[in-house]
This record gives sequence, structure tokens and C-alpha cells, in this order.
Amino acid sequence: MAAEVKTKIPEVLDKHEAGILADWMKEQVAATTVRPDLLKEGELRAQSGRFLELLREASRGENITDIQGANWAPLREMLGELSRSRAIQGFTSSETATFVFSFKQPLFTRLRQSHDNLDGLAEDLWRATALLDKLGLYTTEVFMKSREDIIGRQAKEMFEQSSPVVELWQGILGLPIIGTLDSKRTQLVMETLLERIAQTQAEIAIIDITGVPTVDTETVQNILKTVNATRLMGAECIISGLRPQIAQTMVHLGVNLGGVTTKSTMAGALAVAFKQRSLAVKPVSSPGGNA
Amino acid sequence: MDRIPILRMGEFLLVTIQVDMHDKLATALQDDVCQRIAGTTTRGVLIDISALDTVDSYIARVMGNIALMSRILDAETVLVGMRPAVAITLVEMGVALPGIRTALNAERGMVLLSAAMERGADASGEQ
Repeated sequence: MAAEVKTKIPEVLDKHEAGILADWMKEQVAATTVRPDLLKEGELRAQSGRFLELLREASRGENITDIQGANWAPLREMLGELSRSRAIQGFTSSETATFVFSFKQPLFTRLRQSHDNLDGLAEDLWRATALLDKLGLYTTEVFMKSREDIIGRQAKEMFEQSSPVVELWQGILGLPIIGTLDSKRTQLVMETLLERIAQTQAEIAIIDITGVPTVDTETVQNILKTVNATRLMGAECIISGLRPQIAQTMVHLGVNLGGVTTKSTMAGALAVAFKQRSLAVKPVSSPGGNA
Repeated sequence: MDRIPILRMGEFLLVTIQVDMHDKLATALQDDVCQRIAGTTTRGVLIDISALDTVDSYIARVMGNIALMSRILDAETVLVGMRPAVAITLVEMGVALPGIRTALNAERGMVLLSAAMERGADASGEQ
């Protein structure tokens, strides 16, 4: 292989920084992927200027296409920050990556102008393409990661809020379950319920499964586990919200809920709980009532 | 060897476990409870495990056995104060202790035993 042609990229970046920035801005503003609703031109200009400045610094290093190197760290950090903020602002991944890829056009134009030798130009174009592709991919990667983090956080928040234990009456707890009851959920439901039983010394817990879309053998097993654990602690469970389809499924699957009291509505379960605690709900006699 | 004290209160036996259970201690307790029931007019046994952090499957089985044995000797057993973590562990291990009565605390346990005794007295009175 012939001796490496010395790259002119750093030199070009140094000499034409302002020109490249102006061209690049023009191109970005004209592009269809620009989002003036999400990002103001001034901000975009600041970001572009910073990118160009860091790129210039980094390209002075030894290896121009190895973006994992230490001299590329500030630029990587800047791009990471940019991707993250764009992911939060609601940009698409291609809109974010275009920020880097759109830089090719102005850079190539300047490279063509400053090279008189065709080989040197080809070599430098190749280097610039490889470099910008890597930076673009890096941007996309960080963008995806940020999106995943957001989704993960939302899922966690929903999970944590999905199983509240409410005190329906003194000594009676209610536990409305919404969503599929997998083993991870069961663990959480069981823990929160038992903790609350220990804390309030409630004797009766009503588990309402109206919000559980489907019931299979695993779900029934999980409910039974919760019921058994509650019983071991010395409290009792009533299951409410069993829909007709669920009752049919359970019979077809051959699972039974043992000696657990089941009611079709929460109100029915509450009535059972009141009866067990020797409580009664009575209508208040109105003062001017029929005497 | 250490033994778990068994207190007698009228027709009830009170067993409060304050130390970590090991297998020998559990079997000794089982023997002691049976002896005490047989030797007296005991109608109810209350075992308080609220101080126990861990209950393994063997200890749980011994508790179940104590309940079954005392039933044969005409006494009801109630297990009180199981901690949430212990209950979860036992259920995950598949130990459900079907034959044993449970209560949240010692007070409720005593109410449960008294109620069971009254039912027993009613039944014998009808005969």
C-alpha cells in the first residue's frame, strides 16, 4: 500500500470554520428534517458551532477515524447530550442523526476545493465519510438508549402505582388489581398486602380482580399464593370481581380456589366482610319521615 | 439443652418463641407440648412466632405436626404473629400449613381459641 496521504481535514476545518458553519446552517434550515417547532434556529446554530469546534479539536489527534479515542471524548459527550435532549424533546431518530449526516455536504465541498490531487481527495473523502458515519451511528445509539430509559422509567412508575392497598373500613383492606397478574406482579402485590396487614392488623383483605383481563392457571396459582400467605399471617382473603368468562375459564382449566370466599362484586365482598366483623349498614331514619 | 418455655394459663398453653429455632429445639417443643396437653386439661395451644425472622420448611412442618397432634389430644392450636416475609417464603416453598389456625396477634389468637372452646362446649352440651 502506498504511503498514507496526509489528511487535510484538520487543516480545512481550521481554515474554513466560519464558512463551513454558514453552509451547514443553510443546509440544515432548508432540510425537511428540521423542526422549528421543537428547536429554535439560534439553539441549532449554537449546537452546530460547538460540534464544529469540538470536531476541529479532535481531528488534530493521531487517528482521525477512531472515535473511541480519548481525544474524541468531548465530542462524544456533546453528541450524547444532544441526542438525549432531542429524544426528550420528541425528535425522531433520523431527525437526530441527520444533524451529523448533514455535515457531510459542506465539509466535502471545502475538501474538494482545497485538494488539487485526486488521490488525496478520494482518501480524505473516505476518511470524512467513515468518521461522520461513526458519529452519526453513535448519535443514533445514544438516542435509542435515551428512549429506552424513558420507557423503562415509565414502566417502573406504572408498575409501582398499579397495586395500591386501600383501607375500606377499620380492619378491612381492599386491593384492586389492574392489569395482568404475572409472577413479578404477584410478588409485589403479596408484599404490599402483607406489609399493610402487619401494619394495620386488618383481619380481612378483599382482592378485586375486575381489572385483570385474562385469568389462566398461572394467575390462579398466583392468587392462591397470596391468599395462602395472608392466611398464614392470620388474616382472611375474599376475592371479588370474578366475571362470568373468568368463572368459565377456571372451570374449564380445572382449577379451583379451594375454600376461598369469592364474590362477583366488591360490594358483595364488603358485605361479607362486614358480617364477619359483626358490622351492619343501616339506612338513617329521616327526621321528617313517614310516621 | 435449651428449651422453649411453655406457660399455662387456665385451659390454654402459651408458647412464645423468642429465639431462633433450630431443628432439635423444634422437636423438643413438639414433645413438650404433647406431654403438657396430655397431662392437663388443656383445650387450646397458642404459639407466638412474631419474633421469628426465618422459618424453614422443617420448623413449619413441626408447627403443623403440633397442631395435628394437639387436635388428636383434643386441643386447638393457633399460630399467631407470622411476619410477612416468613409467610411469603413459606408460600413460595409450597408450605401452606392447611390444618393450622392462624391469627394476626396473641390477643386475636386468644379470642379465636375461646370461640373454638365455646363451640366445643355447645356441641358436647347438645349431646
